[in-house]
Amino acid sequence: MTHPTNALNPSGFGRTTRPDAWWLQPAVVLFGLSAFIVYSTWAAFQGVHYYYGPYVSPFYSPELLGESPHSWFGPKPSWWFSWLPWSPAFLILWAPGGFRLTCYYYRGAYYKAFWADPPACAVGEPRKRYLGEGSFPLILQNVHRYFLYVALAFLVFLTYDVWKALWFEDLVTGQVHFGVGVGTLVLATNVTLLGGYTLGCHSLRHLVGGRHDHLSERPVRRTAYSCVSCLNQRHMMFAWLSLFWVGFSDLYVRLCSMGVWTDWRIF
Amino acid sequence: MAQAIFRIWRGDSGGGEFRDYATEVTSGMVVLDVVRQIQAEQAHDLALRWNCKAGKCGSCSAEVNGMPKLMCMSRTSDLPLEKPVTVQPMKAFPLIKDLVTDVSWNYRVKKKIKPFRPRKPDEKDGTWRMAQSDVDRSMEFRKCIECFLCQDVCHVLREHRLLDEFIGPRFLVHIAALEMHPLDTENRLEDLRKEHGIGYCNITKCCTKVCPEDITITDNAIIPLKERVVDVSYDPIRRFLARYRRKASAVGLAS
Ligand code: SF4
Ligand code: SF4
Ligand code: FES
Ligand code: FES
Repeated sequence: MTHPTNALNPSGFGRTTRPDAWWLQPAVVLFGLSAFIVYSTWAAFQGVHYYYGPYVSPFYSPELLGESPHSWFGPKPSWWFSWLPWSPAFLILWAPGGFRLTCYYYRGAYYKAFWADPPACAVGEPRKRYLGEGSFPLILQNVHRYFLYVALAFLVFLTYDVWKALWFEDLVTGQVHFGVGVGTLVLATNVTLLGGYTLGCHSLRHLVGGRHDHLSERPVRRTAYSCVSCLNQRHMMFAWLSLFWVGFSDLYVRLCSMGVWTDWRIF
Repeated sequence: MAQAIFRIWRGDSGGGEFRDYATEVTSGMVVLDVVRQIQAEQAHDLALRWNCKAGKCGSCSAEVNGMPKLMCMSRTSDLPLEKPVTVQPMKAFPLIKDLVTDVSWNYRVKKKIKPFRPRKPDEKDGTWRMAQSDVDRSMEFRKCIECFLCQDVCHVLREHRLLDEFIGPRFLVHIAALEMHPLDTENRLEDLRKEHGIGYCNITKCCTKVCPEDITITDNAIIPLKERVVDVSYDPIRRFLARYRRKASAVGLAS
């Protein structure tokens, strides 16, 4: 069946009668996400300056294999092909990367900003053909809940990193003391913001209670559902804050390790 | 009091044009007041649809400065009156005349949705018992006034014209109200994926942005439905668990 469109308002990229700066929001998203992708890719390829004292950059944690004292299973494997670039970040960054890539909030944001699908509400699009998320390749976005499971584990690892960031080694005596440095606060803020983001996930909301219609009979689920829903209402805010802060945490550890910044001990 | 130019679409399905009307705007006026004033003073044949003037009947839907809005809830004090204000009919639906469109496609879509099917009554007198907190969840969706502004702004319908493949946000909200209702026993998840085309929604949230009833359409209705569809159609572990539970309960029944 054909459905005629209103002749008064033919489609076409950017066509709209909106007089406001509708392009501003997608432009900010485009800039923000591009800046993060460029920085995180650069940082992941470095393979050095990702730890300093008890701190480890969240881009490199958990460090499964690597040269730092934070490594779980020893150094880089000897069989790693010499022509293949190596960085401990390559082994793990797919997980938070995939989690954000398939996040419902980011999906909506980057479809608009990167793919102009639509560029903004009630603004014409560049392409006629449209498949949506019901067919390949975007049907793969449905894998999001599996990335969530991994992201929840990462939250535990990053919380453990904050615990480790509370214990400083005296370089003279070799003794370990409890302490708090600015880096400890940076990493603690990072895990708090990532927690706000991850625990407000739509898939988690569904998992803990959203899939049930009789939550009144399940008090634990009901409480969990209310807590996740509460964070879920601020999901966009936490998505941006945690994105910025995880990048800043890497930068902080990197610059301390390079000797550019000094990590002040609070006590 | 201020002079303003209202640029209103005049025409029918055969064609038309924007015409400028200079008019007085006084404090407290909404766009519907201005358009009716223009109709009374300058354009007696201007067609528009309205009824309650209180944002409750959903009939004065149009596009004000390019955004789908209820004319009766659009304050002129929120508009930049130094520039012409455009008022045009909803783009997604066939035009009848001036600001009036034919929204009957929506009524045909609604008929395709499986209706409410409550479980057997809980009491002998034919009544049910439900917890208020369980019904609260779908209450938000019942605020819908069927203004179809969300259908108008949704790019799947507006730009890509997939009216045969996708039922649009209004009816995803309707299905969410039914699916999440504690008494309902119907299963619409297979229909949602196939006939209703929920996969076409790319969660860009324009529907949520324009809803005059502030229904959180994307986050509270569409995404939870998408997650339910993932459970039954895409998630291998959930599908396995569901099959296992079915088998276990069948064995339990048999023993
Ligand atoms: S969120 Fe989905 S239903 Fe709402 S306007 Fe966007 S594509 Fe349409
Ligand atoms: S969901 Fe909101 S925008 Fe859509 S028809 Fe209902 S009231 Fe209108
Ligand atoms: S929906 Fe954003 S993290 Fe899951
Ligand atoms: S006239 Fe009823 S909603 Fe505007």
